[in-house]
Amino acid sequence: MTHRAIEAVWRIESARLIAALARIVRDIGLAEELAQDALVAALEQWPESGVPDRPGAWLMAIAKHRAIDLLRRGKRLERKHEELGHELAARLELAEPDLVAALDDPVGDDLLRLVFISCHPVLSTEARVALTLRLLAGLTTEEIARAFLVPEATVAQRIVRAKRTLAAARVPFEVPRGAELAGRLASVLEVVYLVFNEGYAATAGDDWLRPALCEEALRLGRILAELAPQEPEVHGLVALMEIQASRAGARIGPSGEPVLLLDQDRARWDHLLVHRGLAALERAEKLGGAFGPYALQAAIAACHARARTPTETDWARIAALYDALAQLAPSPVVELNQAVAIAMAFGPAAGLALVDELASEPLLKDYHLLPGVRGDLLAKLGRFDEARAELERAASLARNARERALLLGRAAACARGPAPPHG
Amino acid sequence: MRFMVLMIPGSAERYEAGALPDEKIIAAMMKYNEELAKAGVLLALDGLHPSSKGARIRFSGGKRTVTDGPFTEAKEVIGGYWLWQVKSKEEAIEWASRCPALDGDVVEIRQVYEMSDFGPEVARQEAALVEQIDQRMDENKRRPAP
Repeated sequence: MTHRAIEAVWRIESARLIAALARIVRDIGLAEELAQDALVAALEQWPESGVPDRPGAWLMAIAKHRAIDLLRRGKRLERKHEELGHELAARLELAEPDLVAALDDPVGDDLLRLVFISCHPVLSTEARVALTLRLLAGLTTEEIARAFLVPEATVAQRIVRAKRTLAAARVPFEVPRGAELAGRLASVLEVVYLVFNEGYAATAGDDWLRPALCEEALRLGRILAELAPQEPEVHGLVALMEIQASRAGARIGPSGEPVLLLDQDRARWDHLLVHRGLAALERAEKLGGAFGPYALQAAIAACHARARTPTETDWARIAALYDALAQLAPSPVVELNQAVAIAMAFGPAAGLALVDELASEPLLKDYHLLPGVRGDLLAKLGRFDEARAELERAASLARNARERALLLGRAAACARGPAPPHG
Repeated sequence: MRFMVLMIPGSAERYEAGALPDEKIIAAMMKYNEELAKAGVLLALDGLHPSSKGARIRFSGGKRTVTDGPFTEAKEVIGGYWLWQVKSKEEAIEWASRCPALDGDVVEIRQVYEMSDFGPEVARQEAALVEQIDQRMDENKRRPAP
């Protein structure tokens, strides 16, 4: 059995293994060490003995025996026996096979617990991301470092400190419930979406591990959807990621330039992912209740995904969804997007009215898309001189040469009169 | 990486006869599919009707010939497929090895072509090649026929 084959088993089994051990020893660092010990044993024994029939169970048994050993000898315990509870202390008196069985996870909550702990709000965002990718996605420190363009030592430090912080804060090993759940879940979803966006932002020349972050995030999201199927925002996030990922093949032009959504060749959209995204959104809908921010963003993405051509886009629905999003998560960027949708649905004058309300918004002061959108709407209204001025201003705020060139091109086009319609 | 995973039942005859598998096998397969979904690797899956409900279109000599199933000469028939998202071929092999298949069954894994297999560099090379071919064809048009 090759090293790569054992790595594949590790990728499948490690998160659940670490999660079970974390419940037993109540310490993330120790749990990971015990899991790694089991991996070492596998690397030593499997090439000769062959793969066991149930490799996951094999690893679990080795790690649990080591864990029991340590518990019995009282070594390296961060917490005293009393804190482990009388029940567990009593179980330590059992014969070993009974003990191993007694330490099983009847409810299947271990993995979900590990998810919440890895994304605990006591940790910084970078720490949560590093710990999650390490413990749940099974990425090596090197892989995480390459994916996020930081030195390996930095990632290693983050993970070490994160484990220490969790231990020092005596974070309880429980799945949050009741009033606490929403906030804790939001923290988890934030980490997953951050990983996705990091991958989505990768450009052509990047290390292949970077765009692969989209796959990792999608995998984590899909796992979470099965661990917490009753949470609509989980399905909302999965839907959003599936639909965004569906456009990966259409986003880049032949010379590596970004292609805007409305200009993309929709035949290059991955329709399997679109289908999966719409199915995930439906799961969120079926759970009832008002949509949260991820489900709303997914619903907006779904409107685009359902349109075979840009002209078939249900802009009125998109405008309504942005309105709901603006009420939940108010932001000038959301309102700007809403203005664009309103313009598409109800005409440029209606959109312009909203954009003008944002003119004095301090957060949009240097945001090139504000004058950019304003300029496009003015052009559609035939106010070409004003349009050109706005687009030139937008060009001056552009973040790179390509963006600037695009905006200057649109400004110059205003001198020539009306632009052809999209689609 | 994506893999299409094909189930080739051990007994093509039994499969073509439309025999339903044992309850226990169905339950085991459902559990297996659940595990794939819980692992976040399952993209799609479907069972296929026996080939008696299908047809073949053969291309030959510029003609297309349609033949209704069953295709009993085929020793191997595909009973169903999965589509998986995994990090490596070894991961696909590991998952395929866990399939609750019967004695004689074969599970085949095939890697799926993806957009990233045709990155922008490949597109550029393709475009250059197409241009070369166009140029050659233009030159050939200008030359008198032999």
